[in-house]
Amino acid sequence: MRHLLSGADLDADTATLILDTAAEMATVAGREVKKLPALRGRTVVNLFYEDSTRTRISFEAAAKRLSADVINFSAKGSSVSKGESLKDTALTLQAMGADAVVVRHPAAGAPHRLATWVDGSVINAGDGTHEHPTQALLDAYTMRSRLGRIAGLHVAVVGDVLHSRVARSNVLLLGTLGAKVTLVGPPTLIPVDIGTALAPGTEVSYDLDAVLPTADVVMMLRVQWERMADSYFPSAREYARRYGLDGPRMRRLPDHAIVMHPGPMNRGMEITPEVADSPRSTIVEQVTNGVSVRMAVLYLLLGGMT
Amino acid sequence: MTESYLIRGARVVGGEPADLLLRDGVVAEVGRGLTAAGARVVDADGLVALPGLVDLHTHLREPGREDAETVETGSRAAALGGYTAVCAMANTSPVADTAGVVEQVWRLGREAGLVDVQPIGAVTVGLAGEQLAELGAMATSAARVRIFSDDGNCVADPRLMRRALEYVKAFDGIIAQHAEEPRLTVGAQMHEGEVATRLGLTGWPAVAEEAIIARDVLLAGHVDSRLHVCHVSTAGSVEVLRHAKARGIRVTAEVTPHHLFLTDERAESYDPVFKVNPPLRTAADVAALRQALVDGIIDVVATDHAPHALEDKECEWAYARPGMLGLETALSVLLEVVGERWDLIAERMSRAPARIAGLTEHGRDPAPGVPANLTLVDPAARRTVDPGELASRSRNTPYAGMTLPGRVVATFLRGEPTVLDGKAVK
Ligand SMILES: [Zn+2]
Repeated sequence: MRHLLSGADLDADTATLILDTAAEMATVAGREVKKLPALRGRTVVNLFYEDSTRTRISFEAAAKRLSADVINFSAKGSSVSKGESLKDTALTLQAMGADAVVVRHPAAGAPHRLATWVDGSVINAGDGTHEHPTQALLDAYTMRSRLGRIAGLHVAVVGDVLHSRVARSNVLLLGTLGAKVTLVGPPTLIPVDIGTALAPGTEVSYDLDAVLPTADVVMMLRVQWERMADSYFPSAREYARRYGLDGPRMRRLPDHAIVMHPGPMNRGMEITPEVADSPRSTIVEQVTNGVSVRMAVLYLLLGGMT
Repeated sequence: MTESYLIRGARVVGGEPADLLLRDGVVAEVGRGLTAAGARVVDADGLVALPGLVDLHTHLREPGREDAETVETGSRAAALGGYTAVCAMANTSPVADTAGVVEQVWRLGREAGLVDVQPIGAVTVGLAGEQLAELGAMATSAARVRIFSDDGNCVADPRLMRRALEYVKAFDGIIAQHAEEPRLTVGAQMHEGEVATRLGLTGWPAVAEEAIIARDVLLAGHVDSRLHVCHVSTAGSVEVLRHAKARGIRVTAEVTPHHLFLTDERAESYDPVFKVNPPLRTAADVAALRQALVDGIIDVVATDHAPHALEDKECEWAYARPGMLGLETALSVLLEVVGERWDLIAERMSRAPARIAGLTEHGRDPAPGVPANLTLVDPAARRTVDPGELASRSRNTPYAGMTLPGRVVATFLRGEPTVLDGKAVK
């Protein structure tokens, strides 16, 4: 594997290798010196066409812990976004000798295009409403460390699936790893043919309460307020009432079930503070695990995955 | 006195081999063993003679985007594709919404002299969909405009569409509608369906096309006017058209070669060479369109030839302009899709579009006394599409690297060759 563009790039063995490697990387974080020399002399470029401080910092920390040189190319608001084409930027990165390009872009498929123009590895750090594969990996890592396995889990992904790159990558990866996924949300926010588009057996429900009693994992997706203006749902209050996760709803879950959120949260919209701060919540762990998983991805892509 | 041409052994519309003598702009004689002193002989053994192809839907980009195409380069591409007439869409810059602009395009076509360039006039001023352009002035200009279209945009306002349909009756005009309900395609990037869901690209639902066609056939029936539907792309649209035609509504429809051949799965590369409006649809839509073409529910194959500069295609999918080249590959795609059904091809690619456009010198099978607008095709040849070899100024062909049947060997416009031995004469 040269690039990580989609959850579909990962077969079960590769995904498991990444998760196992991430577990080893996590032990580094506990050491006094949180650094490995693995990628010394290699260059990792963070090419961000969207503001996403948390994702950029996570990749930056991952690369630095592996001793890579990190260049942050914040394309948003700089000369890069004003007129220079993605291809010209790609040629610049190529000339700089980038070994890996971590790209966040508002247009779906931009990392795929980039991968045709550079020799280095391209890692998709979120492309429009398409995918965010390292998020799915860190989510899988979190599920595995909390629940001990992924195969056979029932994962409910709740909210704005239509606009969610997190949801798409999760459906793909969880399908590959043998979990059952139910997508929950108002019909307006469930994309057409989602049951077959990504992974066979993906289910859809419009009724959150019906899904919760059998869920091992509930993954709440961020819902943007702007969606109201486009009539995806009538009001924030109605959305929260039908699809938000609050205390009473959380108590419908099996005792072992966990609650996840990729962040940043809209507290009070899709999730209440009581749920976000409960012991079931893995939200803080997800951030920590994100660094380990991205270290594993960089290490395996640049160190050579055989 | 122009040169005469004696075409030997051509199968006229796929029939038995015959000789054709072209003289003074017309087909002077058709028969076996013809001789003509001084005529230049063209060996057409094994070739099929078709009436020169007529494209109802070409974007020549001039004036305004001469970096993508000019009337001359587009005309050359057309001649090489077997065309003798093309209808040039109005979405140029400035828009072809006045007599002045349509006459300019018409004159450029005459100067290039490779095909007859028949300008299409805009329906509304600036394609803005708010106010009728001076349709009558364009109709009575030297360009003699008969087809009006805001193509690129839909005439979405139903009252304005009704008025346009009514108004052009005074000069036997026809409104060619780009059927796309704009409120249903906000931000749309590709066909709404399984592939769009997988790719995270905003969907362009079939109903956005079908709803406008349904509305417009009812409007056309109501005011008893002629409606032409551009680039039909869905199975549902075919059903609406079938219903309208059964009711006697005066509607005609076109389909593009790419909608007959390619599906939305091409988007999986995220290569915007496959981005087009309306978008590539599903295999079921392709099958329905092919059947509709054979049945006559769809009257015409039109290219929607849409050249784009490299920078408008070598970018992110969402930022790319929609559209594909078509003139130099249309006939090959048709042969691939329907096989050597020459009468069907002549009807859908020449006779019917000429009738709809009112181009009386075109769309007529080679026969004594008929204007010598024809093309010679080698059905046995196969060719691999190389974007670098195209005569168009742009390179955005979706067929790059594909091997397709058929090759245009020669094209004659009023008895003068525009293409000989597969090469443009000028
Ligand atoms: Zn159009």
